[in-house]
Order: sequence, then structure tokens, then C-alpha cells
Amino acid sequence: MTSEIAASATDLYKTYGSNEAMVKALDGVSVDIRAGEFTAIMGTSGSGKSTLMHCMAGLDSSDSGSVKIGDVELSTLSDKKLTQLRRDRVGFVFQAFNLVPTLNAEENILLPLSIAGRKPDKDWYRKVIDAVDLSTRLKHRPSELSGGQQQRVACARALVSRPDIVFADEPTGNLDSASGAEVLSFLRRSVDDFGQTIVMVTHDPVAASYTDRVIFLADGKIIDELLEPTAEKVLEKMARRNRRVKNPV
Amino acid sequence: MLSFTLRNLLARKVRLLLSAFAIVLGVGFVAGSFVFTDTMASSFDKIAYGTVASVNVRPVQESSDAMTSSMTMDARRIDASVVDDVRQVDGVRKAAGGVQGLGLFVITKENRLLSTTGAPTLAFNVDDTRNAADEEIIRWVSGRAPEREGEVAIDARAAKGAGYRVGDTIKLATLGDPPIVETKLTGIVEFSSGSLAGATLVLFDTKTAQAMFMDGADEFNTISIERDPSVSEEVLTKRVQEVLPEGLEAVSGTDLGNETKSVFDEVLGFLNTFLLVFAGISLVVGSFLIVNTFSMLVAQRSSELALLRAMGASRRQVQAAVLIEAAVVGFVGSILGLGFGFGLAALLKSALGYLGIDLSGTALVFLPRTVIVAVVVGVVVTLLAAYIPARRASKVPPVAAMRDDQALSEGTVHWRVISGVVFALLGFGLFGLALWTDLPKPGWMVGAGIISLLLAVIATSVVTAIPVLAGLGRGFRGIFGFVGLLAEQNSLRNPRRTAATASALTIGLALVTTMSIMGASLNASIDEGVDKQFTTDFIVTNPTRMPISSKLTDQIVELPSVAKAVPNQSIGFTIGDEPIYGSVTDPQAWSEIFKVNYVKGEAPVRAGTIAFNETKAKALSVSVGDTVELAFLTGTVPVQVAGIFEDSEALGQSLAPYSLLEDAGIKRADTVIAVNKKPNAGFKTTRAALERITKDNPTVVVQDKESFAEAQRAQVNTMLYLIYALLGLAIVIAILGIVNTLALSVIERTRELGLLRAVGLERGQLRRMVRLESVALAVLGAILGIATGTVSGVVLQRTFVDDGITALSIPVTQLVIFLAISALVGVMAAVLPAHRAAKLNILDAISVE
Repeated sequence: MTSEIAASATDLYKTYGSNEAMVKALDGVSVDIRAGEFTAIMGTSGSGKSTLMHCMAGLDSSDSGSVKIGDVELSTLSDKKLTQLRRDRVGFVFQAFNLVPTLNAEENILLPLSIAGRKPDKDWYRKVIDAVDLSTRLKHRPSELSGGQQQRVACARALVSRPDIVFADEPTGNLDSASGAEVLSFLRRSVDDFGQTIVMVTHDPVAASYTDRVIFLADGKIIDELLEPTAEKVLEKMARRNRRVKNPV
Repeated sequence: MLSFTLRNLLARKVRLLLSAFAIVLGVGFVAGSFVFTDTMASSFDKIAYGTVASVNVRPVQESSDAMTSSMTMDARRIDASVVDDVRQVDGVRKAAGGVQGLGLFVITKENRLLSTTGAPTLAFNVDDTRNAADEEIIRWVSGRAPEREGEVAIDARAAKGAGYRVGDTIKLATLGDPPIVETKLTGIVEFSSGSLAGATLVLFDTKTAQAMFMDGADEFNTISIERDPSVSEEVLTKRVQEVLPEGLEAVSGTDLGNETKSVFDEVLGFLNTFLLVFAGISLVVGSFLIVNTFSMLVAQRSSELALLRAMGASRRQVQAAVLIEAAVVGFVGSILGLGFGFGLAALLKSALGYLGIDLSGTALVFLPRTVIVAVVVGVVVTLLAAYIPARRASKVPPVAAMRDDQALSEGTVHWRVISGVVFALLGFGLFGLALWTDLPKPGWMVGAGIISLLLAVIATSVVTAIPVLAGLGRGFRGIFGFVGLLAEQNSLRNPRRTAATASALTIGLALVTTMSIMGASLNASIDEGVDKQFTTDFIVTNPTRMPISSKLTDQIVELPSVAKAVPNQSIGFTIGDEPIYGSVTDPQAWSEIFKVNYVKGEAPVRAGTIAFNETKAKALSVSVGDTVELAFLTGTVPVQVAGIFEDSEALGQSLAPYSLLEDAGIKRADTVIAVNKKPNAGFKTTRAALERITKDNPTVVVQDKESFAEAQRAQVNTMLYLIYALLGLAIVIAILGIVNTLALSVIERTRELGLLRAVGLERGQLRRMVRLESVALAVLGAILGIATGTVSGVVLQRTFVDDGITALSIPVTQLVIFLAISALVGVMAAVLPAHRAAKLNILDAISVE
């Protein structure tokens, strides 16, 4: 594993609201995402994990601090440049409503490329389609696909433009465990086989167990990190954290 | 349930405001039409009743047809001795002879005619008889009454418009010789009852008036009588009648006022109907907007409605909830519409003021009837439009509350296609009846056919929209790539909604297209007719349709370059109930200038004969040798039919010799002189010579073939532009419909738009996508509308071939321009929705909750 950095955040601060109702969503977060690694960001709801992902993916801006994708500093980019960066260098998988309902599966997969007016790399496209096992469903509209198939289409879309980094926000949150396992295996394989960098936000220890590295967030701060996680280890960390909260020293 | 409904209304005020706005515009048009015509009526009533004396004496009027009578200048007179007789009648406080003259114009300081549009110039002798209500009829603003020859008074608006003040020497154009009279302005007057509705008033002393209009004889046109208060109007009228010689009648002020009023009312009734037709079109277009808005609101709220059903609300209650919402929207829209209509009427009133028809003396009239009609129309239209969505809302099953999807059951399109086909068959059937049968009123049949055809197009537009949108989409994809594809898919997403939105524009453009084809065909027919019939070299005429001096003909004949000059006077009369607009002339000479093609008989050269065109001869079912009774204002004249000639714009409906005027007691007042030059005389030199003669007389113009056709076309075009302007309102409402649909679909697709932005769609691209969707809607509406309008226009032209619209002309360039404007309208309608879509916050849009 190389130590090349695909994306990084340095001293990120972000607050919502003001005065009494002020919430510190990010309270000085610094993190490096290593290329070719599958990273999970975990935390309870309100821990700031989604905000961190949104800031790193260029969907949201922080109050202070810096975010880089590759060596591009996001805070200096205009909306247009930022949009193009998302289009060309970032892939997304969301929890729900990932697909444009009027487009069929194939058109959805090619969406970022189509927007950019680029043609897909034929071999790579084949590979991705085969990997998500969708070759028979390409002409179907999202409403004709199961939840798991829809998420696999979203994964294929995230990969097809060969982005520097893929951000997945609770990609299995709405799926049953079998479909979830398929999606997670695919993400895992794309890291192993294609060297794809993936950051996934999740609160599910099983999902986290598919990754190489788990970052734990609470109250807008990174509180822990786990390499080569298993579901048990993750649960244990979480349990310990909960105990600490319940029985303060 | 009611409070729930009302809370819903408040929560969705922006969307409802848009559909209420359609009601505001439509109802505003209705209310504006009523307020405006009521105001005109009130203003005219003041003139009708405020300017007549208690009892009035005039020559007996035979014809009661106002339109043909208005063309007749009564030549019969009342001797001054009759005035003396009337004065002796018990109960007469005062009696004064009145002299009236027409064909007079005030010439402004800039040497132009004052007020050549609209209202007439009326010349009278000064008469201080009070009106039936014992009020002054005229009031002196400044100066004094004219007392001798060379003195004149005019009304205040005319003085202001012409730039004259008391003491100035002013110029008047008359029918006499010399045509221009210079005279001193001694006083300025105004009607005590308020405005003159734009008419110009010129007053002389009695002697001068008699010199100008009575050939100097001590004779009058009318006698105005003031009543002693002890005698009733009715009784005095009877008493006066008893002393009158045969041929004269006494008319009470009330009856005379009623007579005048009925003429105004006929014109105003027509104007009101005309305006209400366009108001109706706007309301129909507006109802599409309402159907769409309520459909979308119901669709968005389906889970909420299902929750209500799950909690025990009955179908009726859900339906009632939607309908009450509609009633409130309709009511609020109607009230606002009333205000808007009031403003519209005020605007129209001041616009007419600029055109010289001054109504400033009358306040806007706001009758309770206007309020009732406006509110009823507004609420009923809204309720009808909301009925279908309300019914659909009531069909939401309670279980839908538990489901995530908001799919509302959409009826099948079968019944639409079936009813569309039925309407189409009905429409084409009516067209066929109008074109190939001799049934009466073909115009109405074509009108009903056009409505059927429009209904057919609208009913089937759900189906026909798809190939049109797909075709447009292919173009979009070719030009705009992927963004074009997205726009195409969006427009096809809900064909029902797309079709309903486009339908509003379809109606507007179908009517505009029909009118433009009719206009172009009318112009082409004029050109064709002028080419065929304008066989004279020049015509000399008065552009205000007032008479020209009959001495002018003598002057023209004396020109060395002129071979022939034949005058002609327009007349109007009735035979039975049939109104006829014809002319008197020297039929022999006239036939030498114009190609009058007598299909039967010969030119009516002998006194006591007449010729009709084929259409009128058929309508009257008369043939050569028959005797007909012509009813003029001044009396009835029996004449023999000498000939029947082929229809021709240049000839009118009948031709008769000048002797008919004397037989009927009508004043000679030529309206046109046809002039032929000598073969060896130059065209330009002859024209220049004619213009030299008429130079001093600004009421007269010289026209050749080109300028005659041009003047005719200008009239057609003015009418056409007026109709376009009135249809413009319907198109504005259609644009609002597009804005509304786009705005709602942007809101509905918030998450999808957020997703597109997240995966890399730029703001500009997003805006372009919304814009293209809008263009697709607008162009769809335009294509369907222009296609329907083209069919309608062609059928309408074919139907009116016999009425002079002989040539068919389809103004292709104009239709292409309509299409281009529609696309532009699409771009404009998308401005706000696109802006709203583009400033969408991505995170808010894609966040799950």
C-alpha cells in the first residue's frame, strides 16, 4: 500500500446556527485519505460524519481549514470549477434517490460523462458493468429495478468516470442485508481489483468491516481510528466509547 | 375540515396566487369590458338626454334603421313661419329654429384637420333653448356668442386641440365654395352635461348658419321648444303636433333621447360583445392553468389526502376540501380581477382620450351587475376547472398514506382520444356543411367547427404531443447534447401536464393564426379586387368618410389633362329588413370608368330605376322589372329594378341615378369622384394637377390604384392589430401557465436536480435544461396551435369567398415568426423557474429528510 494521499482535510471547522443553538459540526478535523484505500467514517448521528464527507467532496464548504482532492485546494474554486471537479474527479453514491428517474440504467451510469460531453472508455465500461452484474438490466428505468440493483447502478456510475475518489453516503442504509452485502462486496472489489479510493460514511459496523480503515467521529472531532477492522472490533470500539459516555471517570 | 382547507390555502399561497392570477386577468377583462361600455353608455346617455329640448319638431322620419339612416343627410326643411306658429301654442315658453350642418372641419394652427378619427364635427346655429330637464345645454367658457357673419364659436377641447384662443382668426374647411373659410373666434363653449365624447362643436349665428347650410333661405332643420312647467312634455308634444303642417312631426325630449340612445346602445352592445368574446377566450385559457395547478397540488398532497382518508374523512369531504380551496381562489381572484378591470377601463378611457374621444366628463361606472357577473364567472370557472383534480383527489386510497410513492391514479387516455375523434369529426362535419351546403349562417358553423377542432386538438394532445416532443428532443440532443436529452425526457415525463400547459398556448395561437390568414387573405383579395376593379386612374375622396364639395367635380373636369370626372355619393336604405349600402351617380358615365358587368338588364340610367349586385338581388329575391320600396330616413321611394351587376368592392350593393336623391329628399353630398386622365396626359402631371386643386382643401385626398389599395389594407391591418392585442392577454395567461408548470416541476424534482448538481451538472447547464423544457412546451403549443389555426383560417376564407374574400393567402413568414416568438416566450417563461432551480442548495436537495 502506497502512502500517496488522494484527499485531505486540515483543521476543518464548521458550525451551524448561532449563539445558544450553535452546533459545532466540525471542530478542528484533520484527516488524510490514502489512495487505493477503502476508508469508513463512523459516528452517531450528529457526530459530524456527513458534514465531513460533504466538505471533502466539495458539496459543502467549511468555515475554516483546507480541503484538497489530489493537490487541488477546494476552498479557492468557483462554483463552476467545483462542479467540474465533482463531475470529473469525484464519484458519488448516496443512500437514496441516486438515479434520475427519466433515464435508464445505462444513461444513469454514463451521467457524469454525458454531462461532460465525453465518451466512456469501452473496456473500462464493460468491466464495471460486469462487476456490478447489470448487463441484462441496462435498458431498464430505475422504477423497474430493485433497491439493490439501483444502488449497484449508482456504484457503477461512481466508478465509470475513473474518479480520483468515490464518496459513498450510507450506501446500504436502505437495503436488506443480502443486497447490502452485494453492494459492499462490489465496493471492496473495486478497491482491490481497480485500486479505487473510496470513502464511505456509515453507522453499520458490518459495513465498516469491509473497509481498510475506520475513522470514528464524535462531536465534530476525530476520536479514534481502527485499521483492518472486523465487525467485532468496530463494535467493541463503539461499546467502549458508549461506556465512557455512560460511566464518566 | 374547513379550517384544514384554509390552512392549506395559506401554506401554498405562491402557487395558488399564480392560478388566481389567471382568474384576475380573465375576470379583469370581463369587468373591464362592462365598466368601459357602461361608462361609454353613461356618457352617451348624458348626450342623448341632456342635449334635447322638451319638444322637438323635425321632418317625419320613415326608416327606423339607425345604420342606413345615419348615411342620409336630410334635405327637407322647415319654414320660419312654422316656428312662429309653434310659438303661439299654449304652454310653449320658447321656440327656436335650429340649423345643422355636416362636412365641416376645424383646421388647426399647423394647417391640419382637427380630429380626423372617430367623432364627427357638428355645426349648429347658436341656440340658448334649455333642455328637457330645464338646464342649459351649452355653457360659455369664455368669450361671447357669434352674432354676425365672420364670427364663430367652437368647443373647448377643439380650441385646445387646434391651438386657438378667443379673438384668433380660425380656419374652417367646408363643403361650400370657397372650401376654406377664415372666421373670428368669439367664444368657447362646452356641453353642460359633460363630455362631447370627442365630437367637435362649431357654432354660428342663425343667419350665417342659414347662409352656409340652407342656401341663405330662412329655413330650419329642427325646432327646439321650451316647455312651460305647468304643461307636461306629453301634452305639449300633442299640442305642437296639431299646429304642424304635413310632413313634420313633434317628438318629446324623452322619445328623441331614447332614439339617440338606441343607436348608441346598438354600437355599445356590439363593442361589449366583441370585448367579452376575448374575455371568454382568456378565461378558457386561464382554466387550463387552474386545472394544471390543482392537479399538481393534489398530486403533491396525495399522501396527505390519503392520511385524511385513513383517519376517516369521506371521499366527499376530500373532494369538498379541494373544491372549497378552488372557490376561495376563484373568489379572491375575482375580487382582484374587479380591481384590475376597473384599472383596465380607466386605461382604455384615457387611451381613447388621446385618440380624441374624450370621456373625461364621465366618471367610470361601476354597476352592481358588473360585480355579480365578475364574481360568478370567476368562481364558476375556477370550480369547473378544479372539478377534475378534486375528483381525482377523492380517489386516493387510504392505504396510500402508508406508502412512500405518491403515484395518483391517472385515468387512461382512451376517453380523451375517443372524444377527440368525435370532436374532430364534428368539426370537419360543420366545416363541410358550411362549405358545401347552402344552409344559412355559414360563419357561425365555421366558428363552431373551429371550437370543435380546438377541443379535438386539446383532447388528443396527450397523444400528439409525444411525436412532436420527440422530434424537438432530437433537435435538442443534436444541438445541446446531454442537457438536451434531459430536457426532452423531462417534457415527456408527464405528457398530460405538458399537453395541458401547451394547450393554453395552442388556443391563443390557433386564433392568432386564423386571424392572420384571414387578414392576409383579405389584403390579397383587396389587391386582387383593386387590380380587377380599380379601372379609374384616380379617385378623389375624403378620408374621414365625410362628404366632399360637389363643386370639386366641375373644377376637376376643367383640367386640361382630365378626360372624365364622375362623382358618386354613398347612400343607405332598407328594403323590408334588409339594409343596403349603395350609391347614386351618373350610371352611364360611371360604367365608362368602372367595368360594371351587368349580368341581367342594363344600367339604371332612367329616373326611378336602380341596379343591385348579385348578392343583394339574391337576398332580396328581386329580378329585372320588379318594383321595390326603398325606405330612407326621409321617406319611402318606389323604384324599378333595371339591372343586376356582378359583385364588386368598388361598386357597393346598389347603383342608382342622382335623381333618386331628389325623390327621397336627401341632400347632395358627394363622397367620391372617379377621375380618368386623357390618354396623352402624363400620369404624374395629372396627379400633380389634381393635387393642386385639392391642396387648399385638407379634407380631400387624391388616390391612385396603389394608394387606394394601401388605404384599404391599412384598415384591415388596424383591425388585425387590435385583435392581436386582445388575443395577447390570452397568450400572457398561457405564458403564466408555462411559468407555473415549470416552477412546480422544479419543486417536485428538487432531489433529482440536487443529484444532477452533485454529480457535476453546472448551474448554467441546469438553467439551460429548464429553459429547453420550457421551449419544448411553448413550441409544442405553438405547433399544434398554428396547425389548427391554418386549417381554420383556410376553411374560414373558403366560406367567405362569396363575401369578397376571394383570395387565399397563408402568411408563411408571419407564421414562422409566431413560432419563433413562441420559442422566445418559452425562454422568457423559464427565467424565474430556471433561476430557482439553479440556486438550489445541493445538500438540502439530496439530504434524506
